[in-house]
Amino acid sequence: MIPELGHFALILALCMALLLASVPLLGTFTRTPAWVALARPLAWAQFVFLAVAFAVLTHAFLVDDFSVLYVANHGNTKLPEIYKISAVWGAHEGSLLLWALILGGWTMAVSLFARNLSEEMQARVLSVMGMVSIGFLSFLLFTSNPFERIFPVPVEGGELNPLLQDPGLAIHPPMLYMGYVGMSVAFSFAIAALIGGRLDAAWARWSRPWTLVAWMFLTVGIVLGSWWAYNELGWGGWWFWDPVENASLMPWLAGTALVHSLAVTEKRGAFKRWTVLLALLAFSLSLLGTFLVRSGVLTSVHAFASDPARGLFILMFLMLVIGGSLLLYAVRAPEISRGGGFAGVSRESLLLSNNVLLVLMTALVLIGTLAPLLYDALGWGKISVGFPWFNSMLVTFMPLMVVLMGVGPLTRWKQQEPGELVRRLRVALAVSIIAGLAVALPLLGDSWSLGLALGLSLWLLTTLLIGLRLRLRAKGGIGGIWQDFAGRGGRSYYGMWLAHLGVAFFILGITVATQFDIEKDERMSPGQSVELAGYDIRFEGVSVVQGPNYQAERGTLHLSRDGVEFAVLHPEKRVYQVQRKPMTESGVDAGFMRDIYVSLGEPLPNGDWSLRVYYKPLIRWIWFGGLLIAAGGLLAASDPRYRLRHRRGASEGVVPAGGVA
Amino acid sequence: MRAARKKRLYLILLIVAGVGVAAALALNAFNQNLMFFYSPSEVSSGKAPPGHAFRLGGLVTEGSVKRLSNGLTTRFEVTDMDKTVSIEYTGILPDLFREGQGIVAHGKLRGDGVFVADEVLAKHDEKYMPPEVAAALKDSHDKGVAAGAKEAGL
Repeated sequence: MIPELGHFALILALCMALLLASVPLLGTFTRTPAWVALARPLAWAQFVFLAVAFAVLTHAFLVDDFSVLYVANHGNTKLPEIYKISAVWGAHEGSLLLWALILGGWTMAVSLFARNLSEEMQARVLSVMGMVSIGFLSFLLFTSNPFERIFPVPVEGGELNPLLQDPGLAIHPPMLYMGYVGMSVAFSFAIAALIGGRLDAAWARWSRPWTLVAWMFLTVGIVLGSWWAYNELGWGGWWFWDPVENASLMPWLAGTALVHSLAVTEKRGAFKRWTVLLALLAFSLSLLGTFLVRSGVLTSVHAFASDPARGLFILMFLMLVIGGSLLLYAVRAPEISRGGGFAGVSRESLLLSNNVLLVLMTALVLIGTLAPLLYDALGWGKISVGFPWFNSMLVTFMPLMVVLMGVGPLTRWKQQEPGELVRRLRVALAVSIIAGLAVALPLLGDSWSLGLALGLSLWLLTTLLIGLRLRLRAKGGIGGIWQDFAGRGGRSYYGMWLAHLGVAFFILGITVATQFDIEKDERMSPGQSVELAGYDIRFEGVSVVQGPNYQAERGTLHLSRDGVEFAVLHPEKRVYQVQRKPMTESGVDAGFMRDIYVSLGEPLPNGDWSLRVYYKPLIRWIWFGGLLIAAGGLLAASDPRYRLRHRRGASEGVVPAGGVA
Repeated sequence: MRAARKKRLYLILLIVAGVGVAAALALNAFNQNLMFFYSPSEVSSGKAPPGHAFRLGGLVTEGSVKRLSNGLTTRFEVTDMDKTVSIEYTGILPDLFREGQGIVAHGKLRGDGVFVADEVLAKHDEKYMPPEVAAALKDSHDKGVAAGAKEAGL
């Protein structure tokens, strides 16, 4: 009976979405306040029904209700509680329900927190979000109902994919979805503004914090995914250029461009059309990502067993969203005013270059991801685009972007006198070139790539410090920092500062971890030792241990340096009882400067094992950098100026378009 | 205003030129980095380029997995149910590698016709078959059916 309640709640949520998408929007045209005012209660009702549906599915997992097909396939009585909950989104139907729930959550958040919006604008934004919701809810109900029953009821469930039984993966999808779906807010703001024909600096100020928060979640989601892959896939990789990873990277790149372009639109009223286009692009890429994951059209480690009907549905939805929004854009774009002009050397032009580079990278990732589909469709053969291509693209464009990234924040809006800029930058330039060359030259470091990475990171760091010094001087010394923090615009600046610092860590982490890692595949007998980068790793053998729902062969390795033992690692090879699937659980001794990573290979005769041992210097910096970037986004979104009340936003909103510059 | 327009035009031209060069470089590099997929039948008939890296996929033949004496090199065969190719791989095989499983290997052909793999992929879902492998199996199956039909005089 309870699962039917969930199904029913889902249907009601769809009804709410249908009303939300139509009534308030019509109300804004017919000027019927009662219809417009319905937007908020409808958004809340939709969220409540979705929450009920989600709670029902979670309950079904917790009480092992195997009469529900989805639970029978992915639940199990022996699953630990936390994985019973994460199993809710461990496969197709449930993860879509989570997607819909999060969309409902974002819709409700907009109805609650976007109070600085005019009533009319808010109603339109909510209506557009309702339209997106219709798409996902009908997808759920018509092709992937998570509440479908099965008879006869099996006694035991099929269990959650063992690979997903990991704390990192329990929270990775919700984070990623918060990001993906969050992009729908920026999208809805853009569409609502296009419908209303009013795109101005106020619109950018409204969208900015929402976009920043969504982008922050996307960043955290990607970082978690990468960290999970490193821990669970057993070969020490942290990024695979897998289509599904690319699917999350593309909206991230477009979102990054959007975050920067919104800054220009807010401050200077420029780039309006471009910003709108980016908002449409970022969400369309999120949808494309969903299509790629759910339809199974691409070879991927993430691919679920595919179902053509689902793929077709998403493809049509995708075309409707992209086609519809671009059509609206085409109709409305000529009415959008140009922003203020700017000189060749100015922050605007630097941010424009940043945007061009980011969009170029997005396009390259898109080409690399879709090329196999295209080649196959045209009968040119079955191809895959290798690692080296993506990497070489990254290495080509990242340095250029990082150089600009150092200059941008030190450049004035509108026009910058080049001489002054050079004076500001000369110390940073000298430091980074000298340090980079020192490491690159044969006498000292003899590593071209490390020299480049070090130079770029130092460039970022020094330019950030110079910028901080200039800002603090203007704010009255180091004591002014707190006041600056509490005031308008301060946290935006420090958020940028933190995020750019994150990039510096990221670059060094990536370079050192890939260029200086040491990997050894060894055959080891119990008691035998192997030397790795000055560390001594002693293999003590393998014993069998029993987990809650798996049996594991558990290795014991002692790590020591200069005869002093400092860690014991226990990599495991698990076999989960239900699916009989082998799984590698690596043993990692994590450190800020280096990881020692061990995974068990296969048993060999005489109690020997093949083992894989890695030394990974600075690998944590990659994720640490990513988290700094996310923290910067969050800090910037918390800027008090985004919480100014309605009156101010509205009064700015009526400034005739074009008058903002 | 005129000067500003001119400046903007230069800026746009500069960006267009930059993007053009970048795109040309990217596409050139792209062609060099394509990894083609071949089925065991295609490899046996000499379609795969010698000395060039490519991907080879199929089912691991039952009973073919042998470990060489150093303990880390494995030799096995993959088949599309028509032809088989031997693969040699040094290192640790993925968890889901086993006989009868669909895999994709990534490497080069050696002079003696053995495919030396530097990477072996087995997908993490057992029910999931790499699409290339599924297509290769289907191709050889269709061929088999066609040949059978011909023999039967149909």
